[in-house]
Amino acid sequence: MTNEELKVKLTELLPSVTFEEGGEWLNVVVEPAEWLAFAKQLKSDEALQFDFLFCLTCVDWKTHLTMVYHLRSTKLQHAVVVKAKLDRTKPEIETVSDTWRTAEFHEREVYEMFGVHFLHHPDLRLLILPAGWEGKNPMRKDFEDPVNMIKL
Amino acid sequence: MYRETEIIKDAPQFGEPGFGDLVINVGPQHPATHGVLHLIITLNGETIKDIKPNLGYIHRSIEKMCESLTYRQFIYVTSRMDYLSAHINNHACALVVEKGLQVEVPERAQVIRVLFDELTRIASHELWWGAMAMDLGAFTPFFHSFRERETINVIMEETCGARLTMNYYVPGGVMWDLHPDFQKRVKEFLALYKKKIHEYDELVTGNIIFQNRMKGIGYISAEDVISYGCTGPVARGSGVHSDVRKVSPYSIYNKLDFDEVLETGGDSFARYVVRIKEMHQSIKIIEQLIDNIPEGDFQAKTKAVLKLPKGEYYQSVETARGELGVYIVSEGGTTPYRIKFRSPGFSNLSALNHMIKGGKIGDLIAAMGTLDLVIPDIDR
Repeated sequence: MTNEELKVKLTELLPSVTFEEGGEWLNVVVEPAEWLAFAKQLKSDEALQFDFLFCLTCVDWKTHLTMVYHLRSTKLQHAVVVKAKLDRTKPEIETVSDTWRTAEFHEREVYEMFGVHFLHHPDLRLLILPAGWEGKNPMRKDFEDPVNMIKL
Repeated sequence: MYRETEIIKDAPQFGEPGFGDLVINVGPQHPATHGVLHLIITLNGETIKDIKPNLGYIHRSIEKMCESLTYRQFIYVTSRMDYLSAHINNHACALVVEKGLQVEVPERAQVIRVLFDELTRIASHELWWGAMAMDLGAFTPFFHSFRERETINVIMEETCGARLTMNYYVPGGVMWDLHPDFQKRVKEFLALYKKKIHEYDELVTGNIIFQNRMKGIGYISAEDVISYGCTGPVARGSGVHSDVRKVSPYSIYNKLDFDEVLETGGDSFARYVVRIKEMHQSIKIIEQLIDNIPEGDFQAKTKAVLKLPKGEYYQSVETARGELGVYIVSEGGTTPYRIKFRSPGFSNLSALNHMIKGGKIGDLIAAMGTLDLVIPDIDR
């Protein structure tokens, strides 16, 4: 499907979605509360079949956090970027590790780096950082580490 | 800091479920993990019940580092991620910056890049093949593979000045022109290599002991491959059409004649065969290009200070391990606001537990070897 067709189809699925300009793919913004149900539809819908979550990450915008999910269909070869804005003080969103299994590791990475809590995640522990880093989120813009960070 | 004590503390008592399970640690210093990877394995007898990878021993926070490096500087850090595919990592970064700046790369530079990419792929698969056989107890193949790999390293060193972290690609092209002997050396290498590559099959692939250890081990279905986000030879071993060079071609790959290698076995042996066949395909690509390097500039003219327009950019390339994606969020400045490397090893490792659960501890190495893990690529 082209971006225009995707736009029509996704609005049908969830009327509350908004679209953002930028990037080569269609950017869809969803409410965090609606994300899990929408994700399941994205994967199971016959016309969409987004079965491959090839990138899952988070961006710290200083006022809020944005979760970014890059999805592609291996059968239909179209892609979409889904974004969800989270509150920076208490970021919470449902996990999609049941829908795309790769999300389990990627969400653990986002959890430790940005402090986003993934609700109903099967094993939400630190992955890369050593024990004792809970609560300190190195990829946030206001993170300070005078010992290990060298400012140029 | 010592997380494993928690497991020992919580060990089940007699009569509780899980009593008699043995938790062993493979790594972080274990020859079979090829780097500092730590696996916490729960065993019942010889059967693996669960594998929990423990990462981060070589985490340098490359993504955070890149936020304070300019678009010319950050490319050099990426050579240190997947150090066996250094050129291809650099290629991804160069492409994403060129996409943002809308720079037209001279054809000569594109051909040079593809030539080096494919030489890198051969060198990486060579090292994997030798190390894989060594994991299974055969020491000789390691010397065979390093004999050929050394030839590639010499070619790289002549042109780039380095053997491992080459840093040869820059936004707009390559750093300097090819060494005058490049074509001659590559042709010598191809002549030697085509004579030797059959030895690999004779020495290892056809070996009945090797086949018995590889077949049916570490099976993963095509649906699970997609769900776990596996790419590269791991995905193609299960028959998933996933070669970025074919799915969304970059550079000049759409003009080249080569096949995407697909196997349907889904086991360790299928992944092994995919890599062996990929080496033949890389030779095919190099042969097409080595006599047809166009004359012209090796670098496009770019400004001294690069500024990506505000927006988001994503570029993926096919490294020797799978799909490497670079996602850049730019605010219009000289440094990226946020950069994310979607590394192939990270996703491939996440499928390890699924692949080997219920198998025997002895098969772990045969399954993990065919994932071709490079730990700095996983930890970043």
